[in-house]
Amino acid sequence: MHDPIISIQGLNKTYEGGFQALKHVDLSIQRGEIFALLGPNGAGKTTLISLVCGLVNPTNGRITVDGFDNVKQYRQARERIGLVPQELTNEAFETVWNTVSFSRGLFGKPPNPAHIEKVLTSLALWDKRDNRLITLSGGMKRRVLIAKALSHEPRILFLDEPTAGVDVALRRDMWEVVRRLRDDGVTIILTTHYIEEAEEMADRIGVINGGEVVLVEEKTALMKKLGSKQLTLELHTPLSALPARLQVDTLTLSDDGRSLVYTYDGHQEEQGRGVSALLSVLNEEEILVKDVHTRQSSLEDIFVDLVKERS
Amino acid sequence: MNLYPVRSIYMAEMARTRRTLLQSIVSPVISTSLYFVVFGAAIGSRISEINGVSYGAFIVPGLIMLMLLTQSVSNASFGIFFPKFSGSIYEILSAPISYLEVVVGYVGAAASKSILLGLIILGTSSFFVPLEIAHPFWMLTFLVLTAVTFSLLGFIIGIWADGFDKLQIVPLLIITPLTFLGGSFYSIDMLPPFWQSVTLANPVVYLVSGFRWSFYGVSDVSLWASVGMITLFLAASLATIGWIFRTGYRLKP
Ligand SMILES: Nc1ncnc2c1ncn2[C@@H]1O[C@H](COP(=O)(O)OP(=O)(O)OP(=O)(O)O)[C@@H](O)[C@H]1O
Ligand SMILES: [Mg+2]
Repeated sequence: MHDPIISIQGLNKTYEGGFQALKHVDLSIQRGEIFALLGPNGAGKTTLISLVCGLVNPTNGRITVDGFDNVKQYRQARERIGLVPQELTNEAFETVWNTVSFSRGLFGKPPNPAHIEKVLTSLALWDKRDNRLITLSGGMKRRVLIAKALSHEPRILFLDEPTAGVDVALRRDMWEVVRRLRDDGVTIILTTHYIEEAEEMADRIGVINGGEVVLVEEKTALMKKLGSKQLTLELHTPLSALPARLQVDTLTLSDDGRSLVYTYDGHQEEQGRGVSALLSVLNEEEILVKDVHTRQSSLEDIFVDLVKERS
Repeated sequence: MNLYPVRSIYMAEMARTRRTLLQSIVSPVISTSLYFVVFGAAIGSRISEINGVSYGAFIVPGLIMLMLLTQSVSNASFGIFFPKFSGSIYEILSAPISYLEVVVGYVGAAASKSILLGLIILGTSSFFVPLEIAHPFWMLTFLVLTAVTFSLLGFIIGIWADGFDKLQIVPLLIITPLTFLGGSFYSIDMLPPFWQSVTLANPVVYLVSGFRWSFYGVSDVSLWASVGMITLFLAASLATIGWIFRTGYRLKP
């Protein structure tokens, strides 16, 4: 966990008018990872990205990008960053080729048609290179914004809701592009409302709500929590206490004694301690079951719980 | 200074001119020609010479100034207002460039257009009236300085404006009246004494006077007053732009 590529320390942002959009945010992004930032509308995701990219003035706090202060050494900091904004913004009358080449020059890089061609091809925009932006569909415009961000070969890519308004097939393609970038060593920070997108893509997941980062965790650790299932058994006659044989920490009796909740994952089944073992014990103890249902918690549940907890 | 970003901005802005060639170049030329027909030929023939210069020739520098000021302001203000309006300015603000580079790109392009326009109008006017340019070096100096200064002003207006109405209002309510009252079409000697002193508070008087001097060697105010005034303008505009970028005024929340 050393040498983060982006390090954010004690970042606060209060907008003019007094609204505090970020509250003391500390966050480190690791070199080469895909980091997914999740949070409800208005959580502060775009604000956070805008602060790193220099689009918004910080109230206080410090951001370094690859070791460079993003205010004092803005040139070094910014030339490493590509930004794909949330809103579709385009110079309507430019052609795809021109607008992408413009971005490369703007970031101080000498012209390199071969690179632009590679970027456009990877985003399936090569056929559209001479089209004016105004003639493109929404999904294509979003890909043009991605092409612009990649035109100057950034080491860090911010994708603010890259797949909003993009159809399923294209979303898959886009994930593929992101994976390839990661393989090339590009660090990627994306925001999304689609939990499955974070599950599919991210190495780490951060949840932001009400301007506070409420959780940052490895996806695999989160998935472990996710991997668990709950089996609820509605009992025919209430139990006052669990029989001795059933007193294990994976099994709990509800307060009214009417239901048993069994928490398990795939491993217990393999070891013969799973659902069937439980059922046969219940049978032997002559506990009659009225009804059963199972529930699998998802990232979404964790996310919703977290958000609810805080508000 | 990194030249790639400057060149990118400059070329993109010039490309926009080419796309809107009719509006950017042709229409000011047509409207200036109309001024010549009306003031120079129709009315001018009834007006006696001013300081030994025929009226038609007398108004040439004033007309060029009028176009230079209004076009510089409108070109530059639109150039920066549009990306702000469409949101694509995010890219400029997130790029690894200093504000100086942004300004050189945008203002350089706007000023280039105005200078080109001024030269085209000069060429057009030579078809209508006999022209002489006594001090070509000074003529070009005034042309360039005025174009740059008022493009800077336009840039400021483009950042300040938060709607198309405001974008129009400054040129319409301030620049045009000041230019018309700044001696574009008359020598301030022709005014009653009271209005002469009031007029001296109008900065455009100094620009028109200096520019006209470079043509005919006659002026309303001294050459150095003109040079001083335009330098003052330039410095004030630069200082304002420096402040805008330092504070992020109307650019960064
Ligand atoms: N320029 C601004 N001035 C004042 N308040 C702002 C400004 N920009 C954003 N906010 C406020 O800051 C909060 C965070 O906004 P932000 O755009 O960062 O949210 P977000 O997490 O990106 O939401 P979404 O998922 O809808 O994109 C919101 O309450 C918003 O109203
Ligand atoms: Mg957002």
